[in-house]
Amino acid sequence: MTDLQIRILVAVCYVVLAPFIAGLLDGFDRKISARMQGRKGPSIFQPFYDIKKLFGKQFLSAYRLQLVLVLTYMILVVMTGVLFYAGLDLLLCFFSLSTAVMFLILASSATHSPFSSQGTHREMMQMMAYEPMVLLTAVGFYLACDTFSVNEIIKSDIPAICYLPGFFVGFVFILTIKFRKSPFDLSTSHHAHQEVVKGVTTEMVGKEYAMTTITEWYEVVFLLGVVGLFFITSNPWSILWTVAAILAVYFLEILIDNVSARVKWQLMLKLAWSVTIIAGGLNLFILTLINR
Amino acid sequence: MAKIEKSPWLLHYDGSSCNGCDIEVLACTTPVYDVERFGVINTGNPMHADIFLVTGGINSQNAEVVKQIYNQMPNPKVVLAVGTCACTGGIFKECYNILGGVDTVIPVDIYVPGCAARPESIIDGVVQAVALYKEKQKTWKKEEKTEKGA
Repeated sequence: MTDLQIRILVAVCYVVLAPFIAGLLDGFDRKISARMQGRKGPSIFQPFYDIKKLFGKQFLSAYRLQLVLVLTYMILVVMTGVLFYAGLDLLLCFFSLSTAVMFLILASSATHSPFSSQGTHREMMQMMAYEPMVLLTAVGFYLACDTFSVNEIIKSDIPAICYLPGFFVGFVFILTIKFRKSPFDLSTSHHAHQEVVKGVTTEMVGKEYAMTTITEWYEVVFLLGVVGLFFITSNPWSILWTVAAILAVYFLEILIDNVSARVKWQLMLKLAWSVTIIAGGLNLFILTLINR
Repeated sequence: MAKIEKSPWLLHYDGSSCNGCDIEVLACTTPVYDVERFGVINTGNPMHADIFLVTGGINSQNAEVVKQIYNQMPNPKVVLAVGTCACTGGIFKECYNILGGVDTVIPVDIYVPGCAARPESIIDGVVQAVALYKEKQKTWKKEEKTEKGA
């Protein structure tokens, strides 16, 4: 198979398999969380049962346009993942993801529900907190590998983490915000009995909520792919430790989720920017010096 | 629970009660009873809920709230009255501001008696509500099809 064929195949696999992979990861998440809390927990297929149920519910939307916005959000996130797994420009992927999140913000603010509006504000705060680190990560990969192209980055002989440990720490830190894990599950969380009910997804009913969840699954697989990008090399065996690293990071996120309490947005912003400046900035400084 | 609907999401509303039943509902989510093993989630959002679990009686102030929440829930939905107060008004029945049980304002499907209702009987009520949810889903789908046809 030619290089192009493999890239297309990987992108198609992403579109087809990502919801199943992330759904199972979500199932494991709920099982492991339950075990950490001394409970038995649901089946690992529970997220799929939830999705099936949600598609069978009445569509009681207060604002019909919301469905179009959610659909656009979904298409853009899938496109982000396709761009990434087809080995295209990393910077383009991050911009595409930001555009997608803007559509989620539009969808949640469309209904004027107080909880939804509050969630929207917090989602924007979250975006402000994690976006610098996301962009810095792309810059880091460029400095380490001299390219933004994912296809070129994966062909390097030394894993990018050797050059970018600080960027990795920063990226894993903001993953907690992106995965909507405690202490940064401000805009919406996996548990609806919080102070803003379900935040951005409060007014999303039935299939709309199911679509948002599936979109988040696509996003999870894309973001874990970026985590993998730190570890993968031209050596085919590197896939093994890449998958191990991805699973370790996911477990770390579950652990953080279970041992921490939600913080206010001010603290989230301070923490996220501090980590970005200290870990990412220092790494960037050293990398620039070496490149000279 | 194997073959019936596996993802019942609850909305818990506390009416006019002594809070005894609420504590028992919360007890269901603790490690001892762990209702999440059946896929049950205690959601705070009527838009996402399948089962409306009400504890405590209805008074003139919360009657509208209960109706509002019920109307916000998408079909199919099941209403579960937990505890004597939610079933009939209980010890507060004769109070000047009490209208009675939950069925005075919205149609109730399943009654779980007890003062306070035990976690075991609440879980039993939820399991029955899940079975009824499945039935209601079938009839609701048929109704929707006929509506679309018309």
